Amino acid sequence: MRHLLSTRDLSRDDAVRILDIAEDMADVATREVKKLPTLRGRTVVNLFFEDSTRTRISFEAAAKRLSADVINFSAKGSSVSKGESLKDTAQTLEAMGADGVVVRHPSSGAPQTLAQSGWIDAGIVNAGDGTHEHPTQALLDAFTIRRRLHGTAARGRDLDGVSVVIVGDILHSRVARSNVWLLTTLGASVTLVAPPTLFPVGMGTWPADVRYDLDAAIDEGRPDVVMMLRIQAERMRAAFFPNSREYARVWGLDDARTARLAPGSIVMHPGPMNRGLEISAAAADSSRSTVREQVANGVSVRMAVLYLLLAGGGEV
Amino acid sequence: MSARTVLHQADIARALTRISHEILESNRGSASLVVLGIPTRGATLARRIGGILAGIDPELGADTVGTLDVTMYRDDLARNPLRASSPTQLPAGGIDGKTVVLVDDVLYSGRTIRAALDALSDLGRPRAVRLAVLVDRGHRELPIRADFVGKNLPTSSEERIYVRLDEVDGEEFVSVASGDDAQPTHGAHSTHGTHGAAGAGSGARP
Repeated sequence: MRHLLSTRDLSRDDAVRILDIAEDMADVATREVKKLPTLRGRTVVNLFFEDSTRTRISFEAAAKRLSADVINFSAKGSSVSKGESLKDTAQTLEAMGADGVVVRHPSSGAPQTLAQSGWIDAGIVNAGDGTHEHPTQALLDAFTIRRRLHGTAARGRDLDGVSVVIVGDILHSRVARSNVWLLTTLGASVTLVAPPTLFPVGMGTWPADVRYDLDAAIDEGRPDVVMMLRIQAERMRAAFFPNSREYARVWGLDDARTARLAPGSIVMHPGPMNRGLEISAAAADSSRSTVREQVANGVSVRMAVLYLLLAGGGEV
Repeated sequence: MSARTVLHQADIARALTRISHEILESNRGSASLVVLGIPTRGATLARRIGGILAGIDPELGADTVGTLDVTMYRDDLARNPLRASSPTQLPAGGIDGKTVVLVDDVLYSGRTIRAALDALSDLGRPRAVRLAVLVDRGHRELPIRADFVGKNLPTSSEERIYVRLDEVDGEEFVSVASGDDAQPTHGAHSTHGTHGAAGAGSGARP
């Protein structure tokens, strides 16, 4: 692997391999010395043009656990606010000797541009670009599902036969896109649920079912996994639903819906949560909820990705 | 040119039995003994040695065998195609204060064992660390030697050593092939061979 830009071009074997290495990385977190010497002497730059807490901290922790040097860059307070272009920023990082660049950018395709432009030689990890993809989030979600379902016997397995319902702001969600591609590649069936206004145009090619009724999706589909998405108010420049109370009533995971979920099913949320809007506090804090596991697993999965991108001397 | 078989199944069994006795002898019994195999074939050998030890000394604790993955500690990561890691599984009692016997199939450059020593020191502080190998083929690049050796096999660095174990490969023997015999009948992914000076101290990992 040279870059990780999207989950769409990951094969099943690639994905399972990343998840298996992440299992080994997760074991490191349980040891007394939570550090590996693997990326000693390598430099990872976190290049964040958008606000982020957990993704940036997660990548930083992952790189540090592998002994890489980490440089954090956020657009606020940088030369970007003076009008520096992506190209000049990239060439600055190249001149500083970055081996890996973790990019988050409000424009879809920015990581791809960095990877293909020749401005910089480093391995590029997409940490969320516009409304396009957020591959490490999907990988950590798949990792979390696999661990909950298969426990310690998870290594080597895919998600064959698992049914996943993804609910909410599909239109603006890069998490939903990355998950649709990755989860179906791994053999899961994905159903998307949202108000019609929050579905993008041209979804006919997506390998997912579309529903508008959350109650029907829960009661008829009996999903193993319900993934709630954040309502991304910062990207909404129009009225997509009448008001937040109505959204919470019709498409939110409230206490009554949580009680009707199949036994053993899990509730996921990529965070940050709008409690009381897309997910009730009781659902978020219940034993079904994997929200905190997702954060912990995020570090392991990102360690696996950084290892695969930066440690090797060539293709396998 | 064809591969020359140097150890047959019975030879391997005898060598492991002897190694097991030597381990007990040098440790003066089975007290606080931990046997850690380096994946893939070292882990298989460690399980076998654990079974033989339990047969010799019934006092041996039940949970003495584990695996130690060294992938993340290797010094040749950037030179070779990337390796997938394997799980590290320690016995429940850990390794602090124990006598750890590392087990690998072939001892060559010594770099795998160097990585294993680094990995061990991140996991705890053993009282002593010993090394058991099925085959010592020479050509050390580091000041490392084995305490228990199944067979010393003087080789040219052009030659390759193939270790096949029943549990992993469905067949069992140790053979030597000369270097120009690039692709012997039984696949090249687990050779202990010639590629690169740092190369495959133990290439058994996938």
